[in-house]
Amino acid sequence: MDIIVCLKQVPGTTQVKIDPQTNTLVRQGIKNITNPFDTYALEAAIRLKEQYGGKVTAISMGPPQADEMLREAISLGADEAILLSDRAFAGADTLATSYTLARAITKIEKYDLIICGRQTIDGDTGQVGPELAEMLSLPFVAYVSKIEEINNGQMRVQRMIEEGYEVIEAPLPAVISVVKEINVPRLPSLRGITRAKSAVIPAWGAKELDADQDRVGLAGSATRVIKIFFPQRGKRAEILQGSPQSQVASLVTKLRENGLI
Amino acid sequence: MEYFLSEQQKTIRSLARKIAEERILPVRAELDEKEEFPWAIIRDLAASDMFRVFIPEEYDGLGGGCLDLCLVVEELSRVCSSVAISYAAVDLGIIPLLEYGTEEQKRKYLPDVAAGKRLAAFAITEPMAGSDASAIRTTAERVKGGYLLNGTKQFITNGGEAELYTVIALTDKTRGARGASALLVEKDTPGFSFGKKERKLGIRASSTRELIFQNCFVPEENIIGREGMGFIVTMRLFDKSRPGIGAQAVGLAQGALEAATDYARERVQFGHPIFSLQAVQHMLADMVIQVEAARALVYATARTVDSGAKDVSGESAMAKVFASDMAMKVTTDAVQILGGAGYMRDYPVEKMMRDAKITQIYEGTNQILRNVIAIELRKRKGRRD
Ligand SMILES: Cc1cc2nc3c(=O)[nH]c(=O)nc-3n(C[C@H](O)[C@H](O)[C@H](O)COP(=O)(O)OP(=O)(O)OC[C@H]3O[C@@H](n4cnc5c(N)ncnc54)[C@H](O)[C@@H]3O)c2cc1C
Ligand SMILES: Cc1cc2nc3c(=O)[nH]c(=O)nc-3n(C[C@H](O)[C@H](O)[C@H](O)COP(=O)(O)OP(=O)(O)OC[C@H]3O[C@@H](n4cnc5c(N)ncnc54)[C@H](O)[C@@H]3O)c2cc1C
Repeated sequence: MDIIVCLKQVPGTTQVKIDPQTNTLVRQGIKNITNPFDTYALEAAIRLKEQYGGKVTAISMGPPQADEMLREAISLGADEAILLSDRAFAGADTLATSYTLARAITKIEKYDLIICGRQTIDGDTGQVGPELAEMLSLPFVAYVSKIEEINNGQMRVQRMIEEGYEVIEAPLPAVISVVKEINVPRLPSLRGITRAKSAVIPAWGAKELDADQDRVGLAGSATRVIKIFFPQRGKRAEILQGSPQSQVASLVTKLRENGLI
Repeated sequence: MEYFLSEQQKTIRSLARKIAEERILPVRAELDEKEEFPWAIIRDLAASDMFRVFIPEEYDGLGGGCLDLCLVVEELSRVCSSVAISYAAVDLGIIPLLEYGTEEQKRKYLPDVAAGKRLAAFAITEPMAGSDASAIRTTAERVKGGYLLNGTKQFITNGGEAELYTVIALTDKTRGARGASALLVEKDTPGFSFGKKERKLGIRASSTRELIFQNCFVPEENIIGREGMGFIVTMRLFDKSRPGIGAQAVGLAQGALEAATDYARERVQFGHPIFSLQAVQHMLADMVIQVEAARALVYATARTVDSGAKDVSGESAMAKVFASDMAMKVTTDAVQILGGAGYMRDYPVEKMMRDAKITQIYEGTNQILRNVIAIELRKRKGRRD
């Protein structure tokens, strides 16, 4: 059972600032972390390996400092890691990101399952997983909350939906994206940290991926960001205080006064 | 303070701190309240290789020594001393094996301990034999192929939870202290059961229990060292383990110091944070001086142990006594700085104060250890080498 996990390094805060000139994220001075949903993806992969044997490969498209995140993945139990890094990849939207990841996965060749997080906490689109599946012509299951069984080239998983969950069977290889309900990620181990320190993490660029220059980075992005902004915070907010009962009572009174109920 | 730790030791320390802050901190009050053995955390420690730290590489360990153990214990204790001692008691339980065990015994048991699959414990104390360990009454009668163990051990840390027990018993009642031997007893051996689980002032999430042996057969290959070596094994064990109790005390005091400093900076009385009061500043200054002095002594002692020095009884005893007396004082002062809030369970310092007391009592009371230190002092005529 060979598993590829897609990891993205994101700013370790939800209060990201956006450069009004370039409409890109201001990344200076913010500590990077592994996208939280991707830590569940990695844990799911490691557990599958522990159960069925095989190998876990972590991949990430990002700047050179994503190397640090990939080492952490190794310290947690990933066997190998590959960084996809190239100036040409800069400015990628989900389409170009997915294309780049798909090229890498094709180059890796041997895999049974690809696991993504449900979405990132910066880009937030949740599009990379399904786009990746589409490009690789593989089945895709989103919001997986449990991997029930893997058997004879088939997987049976539970996926969260609003009213409960669905059980889905799909042939492997496949792509899934996972939700946080799937597991509690482990902490690194001392032996893992030692392994991670000396691990060789290759960096693949556009050349190594034999990627079409027009499909990576800004050139390959269908999205043009016109403007990103936070909605204005309302100045007339009022915070109710007191016991829950009295707060509810005064809320109801206020809603009535304003003719809202 | 620069303690010249190796890269590996820094990694160990920072991972232990991460585990303490991420996994232990959220549950420590609840564990204390419920007096519940912290199994989930023990499993986290195992998965993070923390039980490998003090085991040689040949047996799947990381080959660390006393200092490495102290670093883990200190970090765990900074957040929760119950967890720290449950961890340290495993080391206590296997030091005899490490020091005197045969290759076969080590191969059989150590890899599982390293993986955290089996916890260990050490048992010498009995109802009638505390400080006077030579008064033990548990017997190990020689029978064909092994020993029949009879008697009751009391106050045994990890009792009931550990899989592996190093038990000191008399193989020859006529020879007194020279007739004691160390035996490895596995949980679930017929004739071996557990008695009362103690309800304690502090370290409440750790397990402290009676071990009851009734015609419990232990195969002869489970003797550690030779017959009659029980007390030598025990002395050597405590020489190596006492710095660990010192580290437990340092960690506790560090936690209390941090809590008191944070509180003093936030708490406003008479219009200013109480940190601005010189009376409080001086208390905190004394606390940090003592914590750092104790840490320095504990680390230096641990390094002396790791150097392979032959006689470290005096040093080990000093590290344990100084650090534990310090922890009692510092945690008490921390409660004082938090005032009424410090007395309440909503804040961690009352627990730290309760937890600190035990460090003055077990692995030799501080009175007994002062006796040890005085004996060494007399032997060396007060000189240092
Ligand atoms: C409106 C908008 C404007 C943007 N503008 C810019 C811009 O100007 N410049 C810029 O650089 N970026 C920009 N981005 C970010 C970039 O397009 C996305 O971050 C990137 O394509 C991945 O999409 P996502 O973060 O939404 O991932 P999602 O689709 O939410 O991620 C799902 C999963 O896919 C995997 N995954 C996602 N990204 C990676 C990766 N890089 N490597 C490995 N696995 C991954 C992870 O498993 C992740 O959990 C913008 C995003 C949006 C939505
Ligand atoms: C929580 C807990 C965990 C423990 N875990 C373990 C364990 O894992 N394994 C194990 O074997 N034991 C364990 N013990 C036992 C512990 O080591 C003993 O409690 C300790 O050695 C003291 O013995 P005692 O309680 O019988 O006190 P006593 O020996 O009865 O001492 C009572 C008082 O008299 C003083 N005193 C006694 N003799 C002298 C002397 N000669 N000079 C000066 N003062 C003296 C003592 O200092 C003390 O103040 C544990 C105890 C506790 C409370």
